[in-house]
Amino acid sequence: MSTATTLIDKMVDRWGRRLVIGTPYLYLILVFSIPFFVVLKLSVSTSNDGIRFEDLTTFNDWVFNLTASFQKYRFLLQDDLYLNTYGSSLKFATINTLICLFIGYPFAYFMARSPVSMRPVLLMLVSLPFWTSYLLRVYAWRGLLDDSGTVNSLLIWLGAIDEPIKMMHTAFSMTVGMVYTYLPFMILPLYANLVKMDGRLIEAANDLGAGPMRAFWLVTVPLSKNGIIAGSMLVFIPSVGEYVIPELLGGPETLMIGRVLWDEFFANNDWAMASAVAVTMVILILFPLALFNKYQTAAVGRGTA
Amino acid sequence: MTANLATTAHKSFVRIDRLTKRFGDVAAVDNVSLDIEQGEIFALLGSSGCGKSTLLRMLAGFETPSEGNISLEGESVIGMPPHQRPMNMMFQSYALFPHLTVWENIAFGLKRDGMPRAQIATRVEEMLNMVQLKRYAKRKPHQLSGGQQQRVALARCLAKQPKLLLLDEPLGALDRKLREQTQFELVSIIKSVGVTCVLVTHDQEEAMTMADRIAVMSEGRFIQSGKPHEIYETPNSRFVADFIGKVNLFDGVLAIDEPDHCAIDTPEGRFYVAHGITGTIGMDVSVALRPEKIGLQTEAPTDTSSNAFRGTVVDSGYYGSFSVYRVELAGGRKIQVAITHAERHVELYRRGDALWVTCSAQSLVVLIS
Repeated sequence: MSTATTLIDKMVDRWGRRLVIGTPYLYLILVFSIPFFVVLKLSVSTSNDGIRFEDLTTFNDWVFNLTASFQKYRFLLQDDLYLNTYGSSLKFATINTLICLFIGYPFAYFMARSPVSMRPVLLMLVSLPFWTSYLLRVYAWRGLLDDSGTVNSLLIWLGAIDEPIKMMHTAFSMTVGMVYTYLPFMILPLYANLVKMDGRLIEAANDLGAGPMRAFWLVTVPLSKNGIIAGSMLVFIPSVGEYVIPELLGGPETLMIGRVLWDEFFANNDWAMASAVAVTMVILILFPLALFNKYQTAAVGRGTA
Repeated sequence: MTANLATTAHKSFVRIDRLTKRFGDVAAVDNVSLDIEQGEIFALLGSSGCGKSTLLRMLAGFETPSEGNISLEGESVIGMPPHQRPMNMMFQSYALFPHLTVWENIAFGLKRDGMPRAQIATRVEEMLNMVQLKRYAKRKPHQLSGGQQQRVALARCLAKQPKLLLLDEPLGALDRKLREQTQFELVSIIKSVGVTCVLVTHDQEEAMTMADRIAVMSEGRFIQSGKPHEIYETPNSRFVADFIGKVNLFDGVLAIDEPDHCAIDTPEGRFYVAHGITGTIGMDVSVALRPEKIGLQTEAPTDTSSNAFRGTVVDSGYYGSFSVYRVELAGGRKIQVAITHAERHVELYRRGDALWVTCSAQSLVVLIS
């Protein structure tokens, strides 16, 4: 009786643990790996009309055939449009990340240094934009930045300008929209990092002869490195593939890969090309992510994470 | 530097003058004055919230006094930011920089002074040798034990050759066994360097073993200051007698008051004390008696110059080098007695033993406040 119970307990224990650990993996396999491999397969498939594909593998007369076509990738590498768009996407994502960092760091710093009673309020204010749809909020910028929008109307009314400034559908309007949308993703991890920092370390730096600015650069910044990296990744990665903001606020000069992807799928109906573009983008994003992970693991090993 | 030492040797090195710090309505430090001599280790002793840490933080420059002055070698340091003060502080949790190695931690202050690289290397080396951590130079703080971290913190403070070393609960983060060993090490390093030192502690043993002088603080004020044995043997108040070490206090009234002796009538009987006080007959006073100054014997004492009372053992504890007894006196009052075992064969008393409790007139102190 008792041995049976312990056996059952052991089984529950073992399988319960596997279930708990396995659930997130299962989720990732279902929603990330499988769709990704579907896209990967599409990108190396051949088709005459772009939508119906021939089988990658055939097994006829005891001959196994694997036909993978890398023509789309060749095309992608040869056509300046794609390379330029990738470059432009990375450029805008980098600009966005840097601006978010420069605005977000002081923001997070003062939140972390504010009185404990004020912090929940400030945190709520930072996450307040999430309460409305992101699409609506981006759309609202059109009303602000349009030729006849609020900003131009106000400036004309004040007499600062005679003609409306062209802001909509420029790199400026798109960057404003991107920074506005992604700023909370920079602030929150930075805040989480900075709020944990031991104030006595700053005092120790002061005590040893470092003025406030020096103490900041020599102690606060290096110790918040993980927060900086986490925030930058959270902003950079989705920025690269951003589609909605360039579509609504961008213009001809703001080529983004998300837009190209959309066009390949829905305008050109070339699913294989679209898939090749998507796979290349994932690889481009995986690279900085892998670097980050490597750094993180090393930091955990050193105990400074 | 040495020339400076000579000229200021007779003046007070650090002068704290009517210093007050208020947080809102509460005075954390209340009109405190203190002179510290060069080379002295001075301890601020008190329970948490007594203002000792606030006082230390004002010395370091982290808090601005509401009133009063702090001067070092005759010059006021009020208004001087922490990074310009020639004092270094060892924090309670050490506050070692986790992203820097032991070497870089110690070099941190030297680099801020713009010392040339070669000189920094020599100085750091010197410090590492002093605290015997040369082998650990490349380690990060989290790879060190508590005792090693404490030594890095000390080396980091002393590297800049501060005029004043501030220690905030220097042994507070160490376990009991390590503390005893470390406190002697710490004192010998401080004394060999010759740096003047102010330390803050809530641990009276730490204060007494490490410091040349102690100030007992309560509610932002100094209750008594003096050498450790002065504070222990001649406490000026019930608070100090009770705070430092163990004590039996007897409340009574002044019966006889002569220049060289006095007598106090208490419910337990009359105590003869070998010092006079300036008081009036009949005033309320207390008699303080330390447990180790009490004798126990089974026969009635023949020596009439001693105070003697009848008592019964209620509890006993054997500690090896000494025994602690709780003895109930005739009136029902229980007192604590500590008997040192000077020889291997000593008489141990048991619960219920009836005996005589004796104490000489020299062992008693009369407390007025």
